[in-house]
This record gives sequence, structure tokens and C-alpha cells, in this order.
Amino acid sequence: MKATRTWEIILVLLLLVVIGGFGATTQGFLDFYNLSDSTFNYSEKALIALPMALVIIAGDIDISVAATVALTSVVMGLAKNAGAGPLMIVLVGLGAGALCGALNGVLITRFALPSIVVTIGTLSLYRGIALVILGDGAITGYPQALSTLGNGYIGDLIGMPSLQIPIEFMIFIVAAVIFGIILHKTVWGRRIYAIGANPIASRFSGIPVNRYRLVLFIVIGAMAGLASVLLTGRIGSTRPNIAMGWELDAITMVILGGVNINGGSGSLPGVVLAIFVLGMFTFGLQMENVPGIVMSMILGGLMIVSMIVPILIRAHRARAPKLATSTGA
Amino acid sequence: MKNFFLRNREAALAVIVAAMALLVGLRAPVFLTGGNLLDVLNDSSILVILVMGQMVVLLTKGIDLSVASNLALTGMFCAVVGKAYPALNAVELVLIALAFGTLLGAVNGALITAFDLPPIVVTLGTMSAYRGAIFVLSKGAWMNDQDIHLAIKALPRYVFFGLPGLVWYAVITLLLCWWFFRYRRTGREMYALGGNLSAAAYIGIPIKRRLMQVYAMSGALAGLAGLLWVGRYSIAFTELAAGYEMTVIAACVIGGVSTAGGIGSVMGALLGVLFTGVINGALPVIHVSPFWQQAISGAVILIAVVVNARSERRAGKQILPPKGAQA
Repeated sequence: MKATRTWEIILVLLLLVVIGGFGATTQGFLDFYNLSDSTFNYSEKALIALPMALVIIAGDIDISVAATVALTSVVMGLAKNAGAGPLMIVLVGLGAGALCGALNGVLITRFALPSIVVTIGTLSLYRGIALVILGDGAITGYPQALSTLGNGYIGDLIGMPSLQIPIEFMIFIVAAVIFGIILHKTVWGRRIYAIGANPIASRFSGIPVNRYRLVLFIVIGAMAGLASVLLTGRIGSTRPNIAMGWELDAITMVILGGVNINGGSGSLPGVVLAIFVLGMFTFGLQMENVPGIVMSMILGGLMIVSMIVPILIRAHRARAPKLATSTGA
Repeated sequence: MKNFFLRNREAALAVIVAAMALLVGLRAPVFLTGGNLLDVLNDSSILVILVMGQMVVLLTKGIDLSVASNLALTGMFCAVVGKAYPALNAVELVLIALAFGTLLGAVNGALITAFDLPPIVVTLGTMSAYRGAIFVLSKGAWMNDQDIHLAIKALPRYVFFGLPGLVWYAVITLLLCWWFFRYRRTGREMYALGGNLSAAAYIGIPIKRRLMQVYAMSGALAGLAGLLWVGRYSIAFTELAAGYEMTVIAACVIGGVSTAGGIGSVMGALLGVLFTGVINGALPVIHVSPFWQQAISGAVILIAVVVNARSERRAGKQILPPKGAQA
């Protein structure tokens, strides 16, 4: 427990370094409206990172999330073309996402297959179905309400125009609080840790392990559906290649947040801190005109480094006996 | 009959591939002409080389998602080097590609073995890192036909005994891998590693060194594939072969290489490639949108892993033969 708290302190320091560094060098970085608008770039990915943290803590992984976003967006487009209203489109999006997640979960738990392989398969399948339906076409002309959901500010909604906080970001904050409470304050959360630490022992102590894993996959599917609703509303169109590579971004947020990739440990505040570090870092690089592909290169490297550093810290502690007794690891 | 096919996945797969080719041939006779089959072989050759690299990684319970990025980065590197040094010959370029690919693979191997990190996450990270490095190396520019070294372009096109060079490189890779996995101690140890890691450690297999070799090997083959890819299509750009790692893994899984390690054969992997090649070659011939490719390979991966999991479980359940029955 103490080790994770150390990691959170490192993340806070990292966040301060990012804010201080870009604040001092990049003009316009430390502007409330700019920072508030920069959340548009990562709120949707962050919504996927939250359930991804739970899935990874439980010892699984889901690589099909970005493909789920694309397929869900296509399904919403078809619903819109069939004449569905805004509320119906949102419900269809959430439902389609949950179904994609459920298929993953059923394959993984029923057939005792590794989640990596199954979600690599469904990654191709979901993205492929989106391609088959749309080809190189696009669906546009979504209702205004959906665009407001993706582009609007909370202040305009409640009649306080000065409160320029994106609706997307508020949804993320609410979701983060809910996921935090579930993971850290409920029996469900304790059991998710137990499943990740030792699934067999968990089963023997009466936890319905496979039911938990199935529900987690449905939840991450539904959250990918929610992200897809917001993304589709924000850009106002559906193409089969939207959200390409988001699985890497979401997993990077989780790993940088101090979640052990092998499951069993990690904390949600850590993941939220990592989301802010990555979000602000990316925003700063964007303001410095760094191209997107170079950014993803840096993020890929960062993900590997953030896995290595805790290992080095642990190795260092193990070598220094005084510190080792005080942490009592 | 059913038992025979369950036990001989390779025979079953060979029958399926042949049946598919015949059925497509019935719908569109042009598919079974020599020229078209040669196209299918040519298209499958690079995939064969990549699949051999991926198979050795999968045998050790790992996975290498960075192969397509490695391929593209090595391809771009060779194109840039070839442009800067026109005096290089084909052999030197192949050696450069192998060395550069090995280096990229060894980075994966070093990260995985030195810090005990899961291969999937490391290679997911290097997948982006290598892809971004192409942009940095090329400054976002494309290397077009006129920029690419003549020797690189000639490499896949040499004709020996009536078959293009590309096919021969695939055949040589296959034979070398078959010999390596069957007769070399190092190759056998790689199987043992994925079959049972603790047992492999107890009998004295140098696990970390073998893992390093596995990822270096995957990298070397990806590098070679990159040089051939750039030569075949005479173009190099940042997004080259993006997403191709999924096709490679799909072909392995279809060919019966288990992602749980320890199970897989060169013959099976080759049949997995031919399966993929026949589907991809057949879709345009029978007028099905090429957009179906990805969905089909996703569905086939899922079906293959479900079938594999069932047969593996059946095989693994009983360690000792029941009393009175002899295997």
C-alpha cells in the first residue's frame, strides 16, 4: 500500500514539473480557458482508462477498446440513419459497447482463454465489421444535442457562461469518483484486487471470479460506448478508422498511474493523476507543434519507462535494508 | 475420421486450404491459373518470413506486437542508407537490414528480460516508439520509386529456376527454421521454455539468454521482411504496413501456434499463411469487398483459439493413460 502512495507522490511531482516546465517556457499554457479546452483531447480516452484500470487490476487486459469505439460509432450512425432521436442514439451507443464487451467477457470466461488473445481477435473483428459496413465512407449529420454533449460547456448548460468547463470533462470527473468509490470503498473493489492477486485462491474463498471478470468486460465495453458517444458528438461524424491506437493511450494512462500490469495492485487516484500528467504533457507538446506521430512515440517510450522505474525503486529498496524494514513490504 | 482431423490439425488445415482454393476456382476459374497462384505465393512470402519470427516468440509464451513497426522502420532505414550510399550491393543491404532488425528486436528482448516485463506491454510500447522513429528518420517524407536503391528493388524480383526471389527467400527461411526447431538444441530449448518455464529452469536452460535470442530472431526476420517489402512495392513511408502485426499473429494462431506457449510447428504456421493468402487472394476474384479481410481474420482468430483451447484441454487433462489402455 505504501509503495503505491510513494508512486502517487512521484506523479504529483511529475505533474508539477510538467505544469511548471511548460508554464515557464510555453506562452499561453497556463491559461484557464486553454487548459480547460485541452481536456477535450483526453477526456474520452480517460473514460476508457478508468475501467481499464479495474480490468488490469483484476489480472486481465482489453485491447479491443478502440475498435469497440469505432464499431459503436458506426452502430450509432446506423441508428441515426434509421431515424433514432438523440436519447435513443446514446442508449444504442452504450448498449452496443456493452455487447462488444460482453462478447469479450463470455469468450474469456466460458472458454478459459487468455484475455490478450481474445481481445486481439475482437480488435480485428470489431474494426473489420466497422470497415465492412462503412467502407471508405462516413456518416455525418448527427443531431445538435449530440454535438452539444461532445462540444458544450457545463456553464452554458446551467446558465453560467463564465464556467467554461467542458461537459465531457465533468462526465469524466463524475465517472472517476464513481470508479474510485467502487474500487477503494466497496467489497466489490476488494474482491477485484483479490482476483488479480490470486484468482484460484479467490475462487476457493467464495468469490465468483468469472462473474466478476465478465461484468468488468461489460463495464469497459459500455464505457468505450460512452467514449464513442462523446467522440462521435464532438467530431460530428463516423469513420471506420476513428479512435485508432486509443488502446495504447488508455493502457499507458493506467500503467503510468502505477497499476501493476500483472494485476493485484494499483490505485484509482494514481490513474487519475497519470491522466492529468499525460493530458497536460500532450497539450504542452501540441502547443510546441510536435507532430502526433512523434507524440505517440514519446508516449510509447514513457509507458515502458513507467513500468521500469517502480521495479528499479523496489530493487533499490531491497538493497537498502534500513528502508526495507521501514516499508515492511 | 473426426479423430484423425482433431489429432492432425495440419492435415485438417491443409484439406481446408485446398478445398477453399478449389471452391473459389469453381466460382472463378482464373483463380487456379498458374499466374494467379504465383501471385498468391508472392503475396504470402513476406508473411511467411514474419510468421516464422512471430512463431518463435509465441512458443516462449511471449508476443511481439512491434514486428510491423520494426519492418517499416528497417525498411525506411535501408531506403535512407541506400540513397546515401549508392555503392552498396544487395548482400550488404541484406546484412544491414538483418543487423538493424536484430537491434530493434534485441531492445524488446533486453527490456523484457532485464526487468521481467510482460512482452505484450513492452512490444505495444516499442510498436509506437518505432513507428514514431520512422517519422523522425524520414522527417515525414516519402521515399518514392526513384529514391530507392536499385539493388533493393531487384532483390524480390531475381528469378531462380522459374520462381521469383521473394518466394525463394521464404522457402529458405522455412527450411532453416524447420531445421533449427527440429535439430538444434537451442531451438528445442525454446519449445521447452514455453512448455514449462520452471522445468526449463531446473534442467539448466539459460532462460534469459534464450528469450533475448528469441526476440532478436523475431527482429532480424522483421528487418529482412522490411527490406523485401520496400523492394517489392518500391516505396517507404511512415504508415507502411501499419496494423500488419495482427495479420501475422492471425496467421500463427490459425496455423495452430498456441499463444500459451510450447505448441506450434513450421508446417502449421506455413498452412496458416496459405489460409490467409488464399482468403486475401480470393476475395477480389469472387467480387467480395476487400474490407472484409480484417473482419474475417478477426473471426478466424477467435474460432481458432476456441478450437485450440478445447483440443489442448482435452490433451492436457490426463497425464497418465488410464489403466489397461495404452497410447
